[in-house]
Amino acid sequence: MVLNRKLGIIDLGKNRVLVREIPVELRKKHLGGRGLNWYYLYNSIRPDVDPYSPENVLAIGAGLLTGFPALGAGRTQISTKNPMTGGVGDSNMGGAFGPQLRLAGFDHLLIVGRAEKPSYILVRDGGIEIRSAEHLWGLDTHTAQKVLREETGDDRAESMVIGRAGENLVSFANVMNGIKNAGGRSGTGAVMGSKNLKAIVASGDIDLVVHDPEKLLDYALEVDRRARNTKWAKTLGRLGTPLLYDVSYTTGFIGTLNWQYNTPGEDGKPLEAENLEKYSVKMVACIGCSVHCRHRVKIREGRYRGVVTEGPEYAAIGAFGTGVGVYDWEFVIKCNEMANKWGIDLISLGTTVAWAFELFQRGYITENDTGGLRLEWGDENAVLELAKMIVERKNVGNVLADGMLKASEKFGKDSLYYANQTKGHPNLLTDERGIPSFALGIATSTRGADHLRSRPGIDLFQLPEETLERIYGHRIVSDFTAYETKGIMVWWHELLYNVVDSLGICKFQTVFNSANSPRFEDYVPLIEFAAGIRMTKEDLMEIGERNYTIERMFNVLNGFSRKDDYPPERYFREETKRGLPFMKGRKLDREKYDMMLEEYYRQHGWDENGVPKRETLERLGISEPDYSILEVL
Amino acid sequence: MTSERYLMVFPELCTGCRECEIACSLKHDGVVGYQKSRIRIIRDVFEGMEIPVVCMQCIDAPCMNSCRVEAIYVDERGAKIIDYERCIGCRRCIVVCPLGANFLNPETGKPIKCDLCGGDPVCAEFCSTGAIRYLSPEEINSEELRLASRNYIKALIEREM
Repeated sequence: MVLNRKLGIIDLGKNRVLVREIPVELRKKHLGGRGLNWYYLYNSIRPDVDPYSPENVLAIGAGLLTGFPALGAGRTQISTKNPMTGGVGDSNMGGAFGPQLRLAGFDHLLIVGRAEKPSYILVRDGGIEIRSAEHLWGLDTHTAQKVLREETGDDRAESMVIGRAGENLVSFANVMNGIKNAGGRSGTGAVMGSKNLKAIVASGDIDLVVHDPEKLLDYALEVDRRARNTKWAKTLGRLGTPLLYDVSYTTGFIGTLNWQYNTPGEDGKPLEAENLEKYSVKMVACIGCSVHCRHRVKIREGRYRGVVTEGPEYAAIGAFGTGVGVYDWEFVIKCNEMANKWGIDLISLGTTVAWAFELFQRGYITENDTGGLRLEWGDENAVLELAKMIVERKNVGNVLADGMLKASEKFGKDSLYYANQTKGHPNLLTDERGIPSFALGIATSTRGADHLRSRPGIDLFQLPEETLERIYGHRIVSDFTAYETKGIMVWWHELLYNVVDSLGICKFQTVFNSANSPRFEDYVPLIEFAAGIRMTKEDLMEIGERNYTIERMFNVLNGFSRKDDYPPERYFREETKRGLPFMKGRKLDREKYDMMLEEYYRQHGWDENGVPKRETLERLGISEPDYSILEVL
Repeated sequence: MTSERYLMVFPELCTGCRECEIACSLKHDGVVGYQKSRIRIIRDVFEGMEIPVVCMQCIDAPCMNSCRVEAIYVDERGAKIIDYERCIGCRRCIVVCPLGANFLNPETGKPIKCDLCGGDPVCAEFCSTGAIRYLSPEEINSEELRLASRNYIKALIEREM
């Protein structure tokens, strides 16, 4: 049965493992993946727990539909208390780990405690074992996975591992599966490192019995074809996410030289998506995905000859391109490869490095801090060397590795003005000043600045209002420079992306950048035919709301409120300097932003301080956390 | 008997998504589970390898020829079908298959292989890139096949370099 996959509770300190059922009632309230992870964490992490302490809990979850052949359903959720923010830490990873975890008999793992020595967890054929990882400590993420696959003797075994960054508790270290599938944001890799946990390995093949396979196959094919045949998915399948760069740099919404500019203009031309083609060997995909949005790339000659990796994505172009003023695909590919091997979130790394460069420009950081390295814009060597310093915690890298909030205490409080972050979490290299809905999304994101919690990509298309009303069930203003009704738009996408993450399917195959992609109602038959649970579109939206509000409550309990729901101050003070007329000379209007924020709170049923109202919590069936989940240990 | 259509594989187009595998086990056994799949993707991202392995329905089929109890027969589409009433589970057909495309079902101890889904192979339906296609002889383009082999071998050689 799809619903018979287990919950594994692992205490690394006590060397104890328990296996539990996951009640169907919980599925009906939270689905799986991100939703169930946060139900468990809300009820197990107390507010005073330090993210690096043994008491912090790491949750791994496969979505309810993970492993099925449609909509990129290969995804895994990794959640914990975020070392950069002290609030929600949460990342969603593609690749192959989640499907394999399910075949090994489990849907969720909760990991607590700290192992005495480097360890890894082996999940195999319905059982869980804690093993020594002393021979793996220090290995890059690729090598570690190869060794683990050999060790299990199963060429289908899948691992999620940390690299040097996680071992060194770099606060934005990530978790890796395969060449480039990353549980990227929120420092989940650092929390693994703090637990002395190098890897989790899944192996086994316990049949996932499906409620109605015949109907599922018919419907999966239909909905999969619908998603893959959108213009967006077809272009994505050819060019990958770099296709977004062409739009963003020509119009002017890509962070450049740490957001001093909003596009490099003509200088950025070499990084256009088509120029990646000559390095592309083929397109590859995550499990259960027919869009195949990633390149396998190889550099055949020159200074980086022999580099083979997957990607790079749009975010990498910003991180190792426009952000630092380098406009060379080969350099982006090289940095992409290094970041994946180190196991570090390249978005956070890029944004942090760009920040450091501007601090150097302004004299907050000097050569004394960098061991003599001059952080000059466009200097490839300086970018790579600073990145290495962060991963290995050398010189100023040791300060930057602790995240922007802590680092700014060392550099001087006003240095934080130049940091593109909210809640202490670095943003990706887009410039949201001209797009209020995007700005609200990064600011209200529960994990701190991030686009994947709510970004309504289709806002840019300025679709007819009838179309928007059909999608959102609400009047939405077509103009993307408007503030009015955008709070509702962001709310809707928060619910949608939560449901998508809880089902284990891919955001690129929902209403993200294509209005024609499947959404809530299209998941209803998949859930019924796969798991035998009948739900309505309204049920799913309510689940999204419940799950999102639980994350919000987790942040509230950890001291977050309205003050933490603002984009970087720079967006209010400095106008964009470049780009097409509708992107140039733009900054956010504080008064209008506040109205948008309040509209967003009202839509959620939260008070004007951003705290969920009692009646909202009651309506959604969210009680006080009882911290009982781990008591069984 | 020859087939009206052939299941063709183009590894250089395979993205490794495994939708074919999953759909196959769902279609035949109503489950997701790769040991129930009649098609398997050999995938190793570190080696840059995605190779679909599936029965090519050989005309002079070693599995059929070597079966001592005549449990493998040819249906009207040219598919080599296992008759489980007769199959004694000696697994010889698994051993002799030159492509490694007959698999063991660990639950029954008996072999499983592609049966072309009765003329509508679900793997080809789910394949979004044309890495697996069910083609009539007229649809088979020999120039495309030649290029496919060339590209595939080129990629193999390049990987070693």
